Amino acid sequence: MPFAPQLAAIRFGCGLSPVLTPPSDAVGLLDGLRAPDSVAERFPIAGFADYDRQLAEVARIRLRARKTGARDTDRPRIVEIGKGLAAEHRGWFVNTLLRWSWTEAPLRERLALFWADHFTARGKVMLMASAGFPYVEDAIRPNLPGRFADLLIAAVTHPLMLHFLDQSGSIGPNSAAAGRVKRMRGLNENLAREVLELHTLGVGGPYGQADVTQLAELFTGLTYRYGAGFRFRKNLAEPGAETVMGARYGGTSALAPIHAALRDLAAHPATAQHIARKLAVHFVADTPDPALVAHVQARYLATDGDLMAVYGALIEHPAAWGSEAGNVKPPLDFIASACRALAVRPEALQGLSRKQVQHHLLRPLALMGQPLMRPNGPDGWPEDDAAWVTPQAVSARLRWALSAPGVLCTDLPDPRDFVDRALGERATQPVRFAAGAAESRSDAIGLVLAAPGFQRR
Amino acid sequence: MPAPLSRRAFLARSTIAGCSLAASPLVTPVSFAAAPWETRLVVIILRGGMDGLAVVQPHGAPEYAGLRPDRQAGPDLDGFFALHPALAPLMGLWARGDLGFVHAVSTPYRDKRSHFDGQDLLEAGTVTLEGVRDGWLNRMLGQMTGVQARTAFAVGRGEMKVLAGPAPVADWTPDAKLTISPQAMRLAELVMQDDPAFHAALSEAAMLSQTRGTRTKGKPHQKIAAFVAEQLRGDTRVASFSINGWDTHRAQQRALNGALGRLSDAILTLRDGVGAAIWERTAIVAMTEFGRTARLNGTGGTDHGTGGAMVLAGGAIRGGRVLGDWPGLDEADLYGRRDLMPTGDVRAPAAWLMRGLAGLERSALERVVFPGLDMGRDPGLLL
Repeated sequence: MPFAPQLAAIRFGCGLSPVLTPPSDAVGLLDGLRAPDSVAERFPIAGFADYDRQLAEVARIRLRARKTGARDTDRPRIVEIGKGLAAEHRGWFVNTLLRWSWTEAPLRERLALFWADHFTARGKVMLMASAGFPYVEDAIRPNLPGRFADLLIAAVTHPLMLHFLDQSGSIGPNSAAAGRVKRMRGLNENLAREVLELHTLGVGGPYGQADVTQLAELFTGLTYRYGAGFRFRKNLAEPGAETVMGARYGGTSALAPIHAALRDLAAHPATAQHIARKLAVHFVADTPDPALVAHVQARYLATDGDLMAVYGALIEHPAAWGSEAGNVKPPLDFIASACRALAVRPEALQGLSRKQVQHHLLRPLALMGQPLMRPNGPDGWPEDDAAWVTPQAVSARLRWALSAPGVLCTDLPDPRDFVDRALGERATQPVRFAAGAAESRSDAIGLVLAAPGFQRR
Repeated sequence: MPAPLSRRAFLARSTIAGCSLAASPLVTPVSFAAAPWETRLVVIILRGGMDGLAVVQPHGAPEYAGLRPDRQAGPDLDGFFALHPALAPLMGLWARGDLGFVHAVSTPYRDKRSHFDGQDLLEAGTVTLEGVRDGWLNRMLGQMTGVQARTAFAVGRGEMKVLAGPAPVADWTPDAKLTISPQAMRLAELVMQDDPAFHAALSEAAMLSQTRGTRTKGKPHQKIAAFVAEQLRGDTRVASFSINGWDTHRAQQRALNGALGRLSDAILTLRDGVGAAIWERTAIVAMTEFGRTARLNGTGGTDHGTGGAMVLAGGAIRGGRVLGDWPGLDEADLYGRRDLMPTGDVRAPAAWLMRGLAGLERSALERVVFPGLDMGRDPGLLL
């Protein structure tokens, strides 16, 4: 089956919208990624530099406390900063839903979540807990249409990733710092291992423990400190060259050999296969057609990881257009695509109180199994449908669909129209019947959103 | 395209939790087969870092009064340790030998004292987090035969990483209860009828929502414990849930009264809910990611520490004892001159419980469930 506009909007986009038309062809779908990111301007999310500026004040307060020996110096101010960041976090979340609702380049929103998950990073302390959106805005979003190697470098060396996978505390055993400061304890392999296992070659990839250790030694010096941003600190770097996957890097302690190693990892055939497979699983099916994976992988290798070409390969392959109902939307995508189908007004969503956001959006997300930006580990959210279709999650999805739209929209659409707007060609007789037989308008809207034709893509 | 539905045909086809029960993995006949073992294990994760020194109070140690000027004296346990007064409702269990403690234990986690990593390590049951993707309770299930969809239950809203992994685990939280009108339920069944996965999950949700004994009122921890008890009366053999609120940095007596009240409620709700016969075969273990500083801080609280206490309860427990190798509270005895020194691995008592309750081999426990653990001598935790 060739390109089909409605299926393209559902499978590769943010779902159907009553006001925005689906892409008419593959060129239109991909061109959105080349156009200026106008929806990001309309619904802004701060970058990490802005975020870090607020942490700089915390760092100053703590430094003063250490110098004077006083405990809990100005702790209320630190808590206040944390609360302010949490409030911004809620705003960024709402803006993410609005981007999904109003974008004319829906593939970008999908890829932003895909790559944010591939490069999962999250805060491990209160003050970093809200850094997820700025991380994605900086490291992921601008690099979506570029080369995988650039995306990899941006994500792996981002402050949030260095924090999440303990890189900032990893010290070369023979570095200048290790000799001087006793409490600095040496190498931490966490980031190096995940780069090989999750970000590049994949868990079945052709690397061994020696590659992990050598890459960890190469990575020493990559640091982030609160309020001070990213810095390469030579005094933490392990001296000498490292050998990763048979290639030698370094000799001098600097950022360039680290980038070189990441570029080589990005170009590795195992990485091409890993990325191709993940894209096919995420966009098409839990067990994708091997021919589709092979096609995307070949394009990756032929173009040195040019992601636009890679996305193009995915979209042009007939196996990507099977008419079956497709993957189950993860909870965030479910809620966000419902917002698009409802064409929620920006002022309505941005006007929600803290409690309303909590009650109608964040708590339901957690009940559905996807607490916002808090996946279980560096491997991110599950891709298999079974993880999302549990009794608890389906109950939470149904309850949300029945109750939340009435809060997010002041004027719910006529359910009989909404069946076609939300489901398009996927509207079935039972759904039409339910939309007509429901006891209330909000029940009817909820039943349309609960239809598997809407919950899958 | 299916024929348009008439209202009559629709009503004839649907009943609450309707005709598809046979398609549900939780209620297929096979799950009614007797579970492979008869004992029950409940693991409660106390998130936030429970202050073991305030809960099981070494009032016989000369330094204790100086370290803890805020002490709220509770019932004496054995002349050396006393119980926090908020756990006094459990003294009946203590007298029966259904309650015990292990003191001065910790995970292998040291020094960084982050909740995030500490809890992850507690639930992973490993020495480092590198590359770990599953939890020790799931690896325990992986060692058992005959594990069915409802053998293990993760209950509550938060993720229970301790049960994450390839072995099947059911999950439910009482606040996911399907509180929708019968008509909406019938129509939801209708719109999902052609999607077996969604329809089965919906039917199960409807059934779980009607679980006998789940309270419609009450606090979340009571509802969770009541739900767990009901599952333990049936096919469930392993269950896990969390009790939060242990991160007591300031004015900690008030926070501790709340958290310990929840723990005490949960244990008593479990006891009442499972009934006398199953209670005798039940072991409950409550564990936390780390203890707290030995000395009260400047704001009447305690900060993240190292060694802590674990709570054991249940009719299967040989209780009435505070176990553990007591390290002392002299400043030189403390870990880093600040925390209770951990003298035991929190994983070892858990391993001995699984050894006794489910018959796991020591080698499997030390290599697979808790890789790298030395279980040491059998502390005789079970009757």
